Amino acid sequence: MISFLIRRLLASIVLLFVISAIAFFLLSAPHTDVGRTLLGQAAEQSLVDAKNAELGLDQPVLIQYLNWLGNALRGDLGTSWFTSENVLSAIGNRIPVTLSLMVGVTVITAIVSFALGIWAGVRRGAADRFVQVIGVVGYALPGFLVTLIVVLVFAVQLRWFPAIGYVDFFTSPAGWLSTITLPILALSVGSIAGVSQQVRGSVIEVMRKDYVRTLRSRGLSPRRIIFRHVLRNASAPALTVLGMQFVGMLGGAVIVEQIFGLPGIGSMTVSYTTRGDIPIIMGLVMFTVIGVVVINLLVDIVVSWLNPKARLA
Amino acid sequence: MSDPIPDSTAAIALAPKTRQVTAFRRFLSKPLAVGAAVILAIVVLVAVFAPIIAPFDPGASSLKDAFGPASAANPLGFDSAGRDVLSRLIWGAQNTMTGAGIALIVALVLGIPTGLIAGYYGRWFDSISSWIVNLVMSLPAMVVLLASRAILGPTIWVLMIVMGVLVAPSFFRLVRGIVGNVRNELYVDAARVSGLRDWRIIGRHVFIVVRAPIIIQVALVAGVAIGLQAGLEFLGITSGDTPTWGAMLNEAFQNIQRAPMLLLWPGLALGLTSASLVLLASGLSDVLGERGAPAARRRTRRNAAPAIVVPSTSVPAPAERGALLSIRDLAVSYELADGGVREVVHGINLDIAPGEILGLVGESGSGKSQTAFSILGILPEGGSVSRGSVTIQGTEVIGLAEKKHRELRGTVVAYVPQEPMSNLDPSFTIGDQLAEPLRVRLGLSKQAAKARVLELLQMVEIADPARTCAAYPHEISGGMAQRVLIAGAMSCDPDLLVADEPTTALDVTVQAEVLSLLRRLRSDRGIGVLIVTHNLGVVADLCDRVAVMQQGRIVEQGSTEQILVAPEHPYTRQLLGAALDGVDARPEWQPRTTEVSA
Repeated sequence: MISFLIRRLLASIVLLFVISAIAFFLLSAPHTDVGRTLLGQAAEQSLVDAKNAELGLDQPVLIQYLNWLGNALRGDLGTSWFTSENVLSAIGNRIPVTLSLMVGVTVITAIVSFALGIWAGVRRGAADRFVQVIGVVGYALPGFLVTLIVVLVFAVQLRWFPAIGYVDFFTSPAGWLSTITLPILALSVGSIAGVSQQVRGSVIEVMRKDYVRTLRSRGLSPRRIIFRHVLRNASAPALTVLGMQFVGMLGGAVIVEQIFGLPGIGSMTVSYTTRGDIPIIMGLVMFTVIGVVVINLLVDIVVSWLNPKARLA
Repeated sequence: MSDPIPDSTAAIALAPKTRQVTAFRRFLSKPLAVGAAVILAIVVLVAVFAPIIAPFDPGASSLKDAFGPASAANPLGFDSAGRDVLSRLIWGAQNTMTGAGIALIVALVLGIPTGLIAGYYGRWFDSISSWIVNLVMSLPAMVVLLASRAILGPTIWVLMIVMGVLVAPSFFRLVRGIVGNVRNELYVDAARVSGLRDWRIIGRHVFIVVRAPIIIQVALVAGVAIGLQAGLEFLGITSGDTPTWGAMLNEAFQNIQRAPMLLLWPGLALGLTSASLVLLASGLSDVLGERGAPAARRRTRRNAAPAIVVPSTSVPAPAERGALLSIRDLAVSYELADGGVREVVHGINLDIAPGEILGLVGESGSGKSQTAFSILGILPEGGSVSRGSVTIQGTEVIGLAEKKHRELRGTVVAYVPQEPMSNLDPSFTIGDQLAEPLRVRLGLSKQAAKARVLELLQMVEIADPARTCAAYPHEISGGMAQRVLIAGAMSCDPDLLVADEPTTALDVTVQAEVLSLLRRLRSDRGIGVLIVTHNLGVVADLCDRVAVMQQGRIVEQGSTEQILVAPEHPYTRQLLGAALDGVDARPEWQPRTTEVSA
């Protein structure tokens, strides 16, 4: 188990290196004159050259990358070219917003998907068809269209929640709740559709297993068999899918944050990528990938806890 | 993707032509999928003929018409810049289809050949490509697309190529998985042995298998691509004034308070197209995918087709019923996918006295296990007892409330399954699984249950009970697992043991040990046993009496000696002949060594 985790951790670190290198070289490929862009057309060439030298852009790309890497390993992701903000603190300020969105969506998705999936898988019949329709509808509608519908219904028509804005949790928990509810709702629809189908499928599969029949032959109650044995065995594949959904959720967060005007790293990605601010983009890419890596590790740990066979792997 | 229906039916080209027609018919019988196909066909036609159909130039704006209402000339009204909504919608279809097409072509070109090679040849190519695929799949598409925007500029077509790269892994994994399975099929081996070249094998045998799943995946990926493309355009990071559904939604969203209806048309177009693709994919996978899957859903039609009534067993029922177990005229039926009913056990009679061991023999599919499950009330989904009577210690269990029947299970009648490894829950330790019925059914405390578990494991002759207790099922051998299952069956001290082929999955020495264990349990505890088997060696070794079952009927019943030495029914003689292989029957039989499936 421990050695398995260590191996996964090492593989993740390699992944981070590879992605940072690919991203850096690709981002450096278009040779735009950053100094010129920053200082404007009227600036003297000598000033532009000095600016480029200050940013390290006069050096070969490989040296630029190694410099970036060396600083990054010391925890310094540099400063934005355009706003001179410290990259780490700029992202750090926005992380809590995205994190509360992600955690909310994950919790809601897990609860609702397991409830729906177990209901459909055990009851079958009409309940099953209902959950399958939810799955198709949730999967068929593009996430941002769902978000627009949510805004239109709950913010514009019903006016239950604000359509835009964000209140920090520590400033006002009630305000936080009212501003984060709709984004969480909008983002949960798609992942619930995906995860509930997986829960349903695994529940049905496990219910057909020989050991479930044997457990029945021991005179255990259906409820006990479902909640103790079926649920535990069906959870591992469902959690794996939930982990995969997380990658999609990060993409969804970009649009949801943009629509609801949440100051998270999703909306930050939109505004900085259009300007080609490499230090910031690199920081965002690294944070995103770290997020994915951490989630995958967490899923692995939980799955191996649930499934003793995986502990050996 | 514009015309998937004829293609997909052709995907089962290996099947006879009638099969193709059936698949097409089955597709037509799915109204949702047909509707989806029609909508997609309309969207494609609109996209192709956009320059002809669109009534106005999609970019032509007149500010005096901004937010103008619908009229005969402009049936959907005007947007915030006074442009005709209908014309923009029509041109948006073209934009959407082209974008999805670019992404799909890139994804197919990248994903399918690499998937074929990785799945067929494996080795280093497989390792490297799988690693890259895992890397790509761990990247959030939207973030990568935004980063690409910084590198490659705001042209949507270029971004759609990037998107094609990002979704290619889904084709790679699909093809690689299927090809990897097919590669090991016997007919592919045969083709290889007979000297067919690899590319011909791939073309003839492998590609045909992956075609249908690819078509389904194309529809799903197209839906994803359209959603992502519209998302990018909605964010307003793409260039140009080309009318797109995403851009229309963005523009409508800016004016959501003033004219929320502007969201409707592009939203509807996008939602319908995307939903149609998913519905089409799910319809296609129903038609092309899992054929012959058991559909036990339509419970209302249970009695739609009358069961074929078969005359009862050829062995007359004894008047006196067995004190421990008595079965009279038991019939078991299964619902079929088409709503009909098939009877698999046609009215059988069996009796077991306390302390008696009855062998139920017959070849696989003769209904032995179905009989065993009926006694316990654990028939699989779709199966039910259609008539007859089963009494356990005088209690009628057919028609008994499930809760009452449950109370008999474990404490009065217990079950030893056939396949030891698949009958233990892989997620719990042996100790946990054995203790659970003790705690739930007998209400023992944690300590008492633990002590009893150790006792039970000792009783089934497990050498190190404490260690086995702490082990997970995958950590013990098949023979041990079968002993654990017998211990589990014995845990609540039942009077009747129903053992379904308890030795089939074990190797010979272990078989003999398990049989002697059952014999000892009978002599120590006086339990009655119904042992289901196809192994006459087991019968000779263990049983007092034997019932021979063939095609859902009991054809002969009698004492073991009588059946083995002087069989009357031709089927019994045939069974014995097959087993003895020309050797004379001996009164004292050793377990056969010829039929070991360890």
